[in-house]
Amino acid sequence: MKTPVLEIRDLHVDFELSAGPVHAVRGISLLAYAGETLAVVGESGSGKSASMLAVLRLNPEPPCTYPGGEILLDGRDLLVLPEKQLREVRGNDVAMVFQDPMTSLDPLQKVGNQVAEVLRRHRGASRGEARAEAVRALDEVGIPDPELRARQYPHELSGGLRQRVMIATALVGRPRVLIADEPTTALDVTVQRQILDLLADLRARHGMAVVLVTHDLGVVAETADRVVVMNDGRVVEHGPVGQVFDTPREQYTRDLLAATPRLEPTP
Amino acid sequence: MTPLLELDGLTKEFRGPGGARTTAVDEVTLTVEDGETLALVGESGSGKTTLTRLLLKLLEPTAGTVRFEGRDLAGLSAAELRGIRAGMQVVLQDPYSSMNPRMRITDIVAEPLVTHDAGYRGRAARPRLRERVGELLTSVGLAAGVQDRYPHEFSGGQRQRISIARALAPAPRVVVLDEPTSALDVSVQAQVLDLLAELQQRHGLTYVFVSHNLAVVRQVADRVAVMRRGAIVECGATADVLGAPEHPYTRELLAAVPRPDAYRARAGATGA
Repeated sequence: MKTPVLEIRDLHVDFELSAGPVHAVRGISLLAYAGETLAVVGESGSGKSASMLAVLRLNPEPPCTYPGGEILLDGRDLLVLPEKQLREVRGNDVAMVFQDPMTSLDPLQKVGNQVAEVLRRHRGASRGEARAEAVRALDEVGIPDPELRARQYPHELSGGLRQRVMIATALVGRPRVLIADEPTTALDVTVQRQILDLLADLRARHGMAVVLVTHDLGVVAETADRVVVMNDGRVVEHGPVGQVFDTPREQYTRDLLAATPRLEPTP
Repeated sequence: MTPLLELDGLTKEFRGPGGARTTAVDEVTLTVEDGETLALVGESGSGKTTLTRLLLKLLEPTAGTVRFEGRDLAGLSAAELRGIRAGMQVVLQDPYSSMNPRMRITDIVAEPLVTHDAGYRGRAARPRLRERVGELLTSVGLAAGVQDRYPHEFSGGQRQRISIARALAPAPRVVVLDEPTSALDVSVQAQVLDLLAELQQRHGLTYVFVSHNLAVVRQVADRVAVMRRGAIVECGATADVLGAPEHPYTRELLAAVPRPDAYRARAGATGA
């Protein structure tokens, strides 16, 4: 019996807005296992991003509140963890990669320093160690000429390279869970392919649990082991990708599959 | 029969800092037939958006010509060009930034009408204008009554319908659709693509459909032109280009598309 690295149990996320509360997430549960990719699928407003941000409590509080549920990492409930301990979890145990690398990287910092900062903050590494480790991390995510790139600013890099820097930043602390929220949505299809391959390779090498948030069922079919389909703040269907795609139980999943444009005409 | 649009040796160079020249569009020769959907496919930086700006004459080419209905756009006076522009409209990718947030839907949709037809100008023409806008909104599946609202009251899909209504207002012959569904959810994308197909049939429209999504292109296009570094590397019927690509770059693009049935080829993804 496998034990999950990350378990979300009956999570609720509310946003208290002036017009009244919005129940963004209405009791979702999911499990992420080491060495596996779990895809969280849904359309805008389905609550997928709010649920994932909740794992590291990155939703802005206020207006966000967590009226119920547990987020268990090795049995510890992250939802009630004091901020100081939560900071230890961020980057060390759980890391996140977002859709838009341009807004998640600091435009005024050389990219090498941004990767190194994670190590200095979380590992207490010296400046020299952190720099050398940062260059190794850039090399590991397939950035050519990492010594040179480490000294460049985000605007000097292409979208694909920036996303690789984001991944390097996320992985340099060797997290056990990587949450990737639409990591390839802003990228060209050939670059998307490279990034997805890279994530699969790093997952295999480090035995991470990857939680991939996406609206693209093609991406799910290419990379995920299991899938959770979200709609309106709830999990409407979950299971192994083959099972959910071949024999979807819910009408919503069937509609989503039917709406997905395909390269080959469906027989 | 003359093609609706003819591009011949169309080239656009930009000068960067220090005089470095970039050829964004490189000797593109292409025709668009009346009533067809031609897809322009390529990755970011391939020049597809610059090419559409050239064919709409929103940019001046460095070399080459654009003919619309047989007339060279370069030789036209400002007044003649205005007349022709009613026949060429555009729908852009981002339904959020392509509308003035402080204008009501009536005035957003009516803007090309007012620009191209003096009969819609002034207070006296207002009832007529509102009636026409109501018809346009109904034709894209919205209620005629939404015209007094503002853009922020609509979802992305509804806004894209409003953009389409605006493009159709001056009864164009050709509509350039620049990634019209890239910012939309997949179910909303399917609805907007259905709407575009229906409008094309009803009005005999010609579409130039810019996209990086080959699966969408397979669904909507009669012909496909694949762009890379400003040049067209392959052009032909959709089934031929996507089914039996000749250029290595087209093959590379096709191979990179994530396929919703890919799990069948992977071990471990099936079964419990």
